[in-house]
Amino acid sequence: MPFSTQSHSGGEQYVLTASLDNARNLSSLLRAVHFQDHATCFATANGLRVTVEDAKCIQANAFIQAEIFQEFHVQEESVMFRINLAVLLDCLTIFGASSSPGTSTALRMCYRGYGYPLMLFLEEGGVVTVCRINTQEPEDLLDFNFCSTNVINKIILQSEGLREAFSELDMTSEVLQITMSPDKPYFRYKISLLKPSTKALALSCKVSIRTDNRGFLSLQYMIRNEDGQICFVEYYCCPNEEITDAEL
Amino acid sequence: MRFRAKIVDLACLNHFSRVINTIAKLAKTCTLRLTVNKLYFILSDRVANGGVSMWCELCQGNFFDEFQMEGVAADNNEIYLELMPDNLSRALKTAQSAKAVKIKLTNKYSPCLKVAVELPSLSRSSRIVTHDIPVKVIPRRLWSDFKEPSVPDFEVSIYLPLLKTMKSIVERMKNLSNCIVIEANLSGEMNLKIETDVVSVTTHFKDLGNPPWASEDECQSSARGRDLQSMAEARIDIKKLQQLLAGQQVNPTKALCNIISKRIVHFILLHEDVSLQYFIPALA
Repeated sequence: MPFSTQSHSGGEQYVLTASLDNARNLSSLLRAVHFQDHATCFATANGLRVTVEDAKCIQANAFIQAEIFQEFHVQEESVMFRINLAVLLDCLTIFGASSSPGTSTALRMCYRGYGYPLMLFLEEGGVVTVCRINTQEPEDLLDFNFCSTNVINKIILQSEGLREAFSELDMTSEVLQITMSPDKPYFRYKISLLKPSTKALALSCKVSIRTDNRGFLSLQYMIRNEDGQICFVEYYCCPNEEITDAEL
Repeated sequence: MRFRAKIVDLACLNHFSRVINTIAKLAKTCTLRLTVNKLYFILSDRVANGGVSMWCELCQGNFFDEFQMEGVAADNNEIYLELMPDNLSRALKTAQSAKAVKIKLTNKYSPCLKVAVELPSLSRSSRIVTHDIPVKVIPRRLWSDFKEPSVPDFEVSIYLPLLKTMKSIVERMKNLSNCIVIEANLSGEMNLKIETDVVSVTTHFKDLGNPPWASEDECQSSARGRDLQSMAEARIDIKKLQQLLAGQQVNPTKALCNIISKRIVHFILLHEDVSLQYFIPALA
């Protein structure tokens, strides 16, 4: 065990304990959804989901499966809390955000339950950092009700292609129209809402773009971490307007 | 009063630029003291600076190929100038590939340090960029304000960890809090701590080692007979510490800090030919 702080977590009842040999496998994924300072964490036996929302119009989810962690235990069916994501990211990258060869930050994460802080124990090169981040009451999350049976358009492509397209777009425009089929309906999306998703795009290797019959947009990014494992970040976005025949 | 100096060696020039950049990060204005053998950059303890003071000492022989100075008088063969180090740092930025840099004290309309940078040129005519950096000559009666600070009567003296590691930790902590607690003991352990309504973070360093201050040295009196485990701590402005660390482009050969509980943290960074002392007062 790399932690001399082990005694902190021994004996006490934690509803969530997780450890990770390379904290960057978590921090890089969280950075891909960091466009608001607060996030809701939701843990089940399958892993951890971190959700960030804005303006009741956009939702981003980062999924870190249990297998990514070297150890992942959830004592209850599900554990949920809200946390300041900016603070969590500063703590996770306390030893530096960029990777230097041969060094990685080991992480142990513990949560005792409602009302308790999230505890992080980080270690790199024999130096140990202990963080206590206060948690908050989780808020109701948006349910976009995005259901695959209602999907009318779907494309899966290498991210490289979409990165190029986004780099050529004028991101100061107000709306972006996405056309995937010659058939109606066509929808536009506020660029200000889509902009944060480019953080995930930058990290990803593949992306799936889907729209449903209401024009809701789902962007799923496949991200390969430093250890070659695959994780997913997903963005849901409401349409701005449906384009009428008159505009075409 | 006369001063002129010249650097030809590119490695020396880059080294000198690095030192000036560091000084520029730490002080908006400072005092440059010139003696026959040494240059000093001094920031003296003033409330306007938040009580921070700095003492940086360079051997001229390790930087300059020519160095001539004549002080105000034979018995006081020194010059004290007040200047903005950032001006000097910017003047040296153009000098990265220079063939030579000349620095001269002039007094055409007002006192200036003239930095003349001779740049390589493809044609036969040379290109010279000059910067006139305004300076104030400090009269002799004020010199006593700029004495070398004595090493304070510290409780704990400890070697610092790799500054790169410390820098990244302090930068993250600065995002979270305005002040930081430094605590250390005589068993080679040091902790950096921040605490706010949202988060508390503590980084523990161990096996850092404690410098062997000569036992006859009176400054050690508070450290002598001290419980080896007991921590001396001071809460300081995190921005001041971050500035000190951000300015360090090269890891010093020796870096240590002396803590006087609840009063001051005294940093000493030693390079082969540059020594930097930096004093950050504790917050109330």
